[in-house]
Amino acid sequence: MIPELGHFALILALGIAFLQTVAPLLGYQRRDAKLLAFASSAAQAQFLCIALAYVCLTISFITTDFSVAYVAQNAHTDLPMVYRVSAVWGAHEGSLLLWMLMLSGWTFAVSVFNRRIPAELSALVIAVLGVISTGLLLFMLLTSNPFDRLFPVPLQGRDLNPLLQDFGLAIHPPTLYMGYVGFSVAFAFAVAALITGKLDAAWARWTRPWTTTAWMFLTLGITLGSWWAYNELGWGGWWFWDPVENASFMPWLAGTALIHSLAVTEKRGLLKSWTVLLAILTFSLSLLGTFLVRSGVLVSVHAFASDPARGLFILIFMAVVTGSALTLYAWRAPKLATVGELHLFSREGLLLLNNVFLVVACAAILVGTLYPLVIDALNLGKISVGPPYFNAVFLPLMVPLFVLVGFGAVVPWKKGKSVETWQRLKLPALFAVAFAIVVPLALHGRAALLAVTGGLLGAWTIVAASQDVWRRIRAKPSFVAGIASVPRATWGMTLAHAGLGVWALGVAFVISYGFEKDVRLAPNASTEIGDFRFGFVGATEAKGPNFIARQGEVTIERGDHSVTTLYPQKRFYPSQRNVMTESAVDATLLRDLYVSLGEGFEDGSWSLRIYVKPMIRLIWLGGVLMFLGGCLAASDRRYRLAKAAERRLAVDGGAQAA
Amino acid sequence: MTKRNQRLLGVAALLIGVGVAATLGFTAFRKNMMYFYTPSDLAAGTVPVGAAAQLGGLVEAGSLVRGDGLKVEFRVADCAKNIPVRYEGVLPDLFREGQGVVADGYMNDEQVFVATRILAKHDENYMPPQVADALKGNPDTGKHSCMPFKAVDKTVAAS
Repeated sequence: MIPELGHFALILALGIAFLQTVAPLLGYQRRDAKLLAFASSAAQAQFLCIALAYVCLTISFITTDFSVAYVAQNAHTDLPMVYRVSAVWGAHEGSLLLWMLMLSGWTFAVSVFNRRIPAELSALVIAVLGVISTGLLLFMLLTSNPFDRLFPVPLQGRDLNPLLQDFGLAIHPPTLYMGYVGFSVAFAFAVAALITGKLDAAWARWTRPWTTTAWMFLTLGITLGSWWAYNELGWGGWWFWDPVENASFMPWLAGTALIHSLAVTEKRGLLKSWTVLLAILTFSLSLLGTFLVRSGVLVSVHAFASDPARGLFILIFMAVVTGSALTLYAWRAPKLATVGELHLFSREGLLLLNNVFLVVACAAILVGTLYPLVIDALNLGKISVGPPYFNAVFLPLMVPLFVLVGFGAVVPWKKGKSVETWQRLKLPALFAVAFAIVVPLALHGRAALLAVTGGLLGAWTIVAASQDVWRRIRAKPSFVAGIASVPRATWGMTLAHAGLGVWALGVAFVISYGFEKDVRLAPNASTEIGDFRFGFVGATEAKGPNFIARQGEVTIERGDHSVTTLYPQKRFYPSQRNVMTESAVDATLLRDLYVSLGEGFEDGSWSLRIYVKPMIRLIWLGGVLMFLGGCLAASDRRYRLAKAAERRLAVDGGAQAA
Repeated sequence: MTKRNQRLLGVAALLIGVGVAATLGFTAFRKNMMYFYTPSDLAAGTVPVGAAAQLGGLVEAGSLVRGDGLKVEFRVADCAKNIPVRYEGVLPDLFREGQGVVADGYMNDEQVFVATRILAKHDENYMPPQVADALKGNPDTGKHSCMPFKAVDKTVAAS
């Protein structure tokens, strides 16, 4: 009964999504306020339907209703409750439903918070979002219905993939999707601007908080994914340049470029058509990511669907959405004329350079990710492009970006002065050089080139980026008044840039000074890595709620004193007859000690992966700081005030025009 | 400097930047592109010694030999040929004799594939698509089947 209710809610949502698209467009054409106003109601009704469907599927999981095919494939009566809830998005159909929930949630938010922007624009934005909803709901109902029944009803389910039974996973997909899908709002704003032909500073100000919010969730989602891969995959790496990771990273790079170009469009009225193009591209890359991950063209832990009809549908959908948006762009963009001049040595000039580097980096990753697929599709052979390619292209492109961050914080809009810039940046530069030489030597006794470069760029980014806040505080008589006077958006920007610097420090140090060792140890044997002695005591049996495990005991000593004892596990999940490696990590801010079990041999010895990873926490800390920076920037006061002010203006303007 | 010159300079700088990036990119691309080969491809000797390559196939039953520490040797086979593989390190959880595997590495001059990385997938029924395709050898059936492979298995066991 409950699955039928959910199924019905989805069908209803499809109908509403269709109306949500057609009515506002008609209303715009006929200048009919009633039809325009219908957009918000439709968006809210659609959200309720999808939420109801989502709740129905969750209930089916909690009650382990194996008559639902999707539940039978992804749940088990032994599955702990928290993973029953997260299993909803553990495979293809449910993750699509989550995607839809996010999309209708974002649309709902637009319909609630956009009451202050012109009704026409808001209705068009909701209509564009309705197009995407319609396409995805059709996709779900035609090819991947999560409520399909299974007969005869199995007695037991096939269980959730054990890899996905981890807390990091429970929150990784929803945050990632929040970001992916959130860019649809920026996309809708861009398309709406193309339709109306009006793109001004106010438009940019309305679009910015939405884009920043989407961006920060994507940042957090990628960070969580990296952390999860580190803990769960048992390889101790934090980024593999796996095509699926790239699929989430490309929209991040384009989205990062977008939030910067939006700043230029808002403050200076420049780069208008570029901003619109970026908004279209960012969301297209999000769709491409969905296609890559969901179509089964990639070999990965993420690739669920192997039904070619699904891949084809997403591909066609992507082609229609992106194609029509780009056609509209080609037709209408010339209307978005830019007034004013752009000096390269000014904040907007630097932001333009930032965009160039980000987009080039994104393109390089796109080539590396798609080229093997294209070659395969054309039957020219099967190739793969390894991580060295991505490192060789991506890292050098990041260097100028980091240098730019420091300049961006001190160079003003319109036109910068070199003397003033030098005055403001000489101390940060000096500090960064000192830091880059001293810290690697002090912590590790040798200066690796990469560590020095990373230290230089990281320290520079952190210190130079905080110049903006520092000068604002200094401009006020007292420190407290100064702190209070700094707008949230500035705090947000500074924090996010500092996060970037922290990330760079982490990456440089973990690559330069990390130790990795695969070793075979008999019970009570030990091995030395760096300053640490890892002693393998032996392996014993352990038991979890739905798995049995062999649990190793590894003692770690440094010099004469004991650091910690780690208990890595090799788990066996009987329901899927799956083996899983559960690594054990002792983490501090300065270093991680990481042990995972390989295989057990007949003589009682085990193969072990033992890693010492200096500062790897900084990589994720950097991501979290960027997320928090996004939170601050998106909630800046001026967006709320400005909305009220613009509404008054818009009303006045409308009256005059009439 | 006039405005026009300035703008020209900007455009020139941009072009140079993009050019450098493209060169970097394509060099890195050429160096790091790995072709996927089946054991038959490698046995035919078309791949130069030392060139980076990916080898995919099934781990031949009974071929796994463990050496000192973490050294292992095994054979990867398709329907027709098999190639000896040498690897040192921890094997993935789902590495099994008779299961699909993909190895990154290169051929050495003794006609042994030296693997630097071994991938096996996280599902017992799963076969990497490249392997599945490679085993599609029989056009009559159209679907991958290990029957021809098992025949090879027997001949190896007999020899």
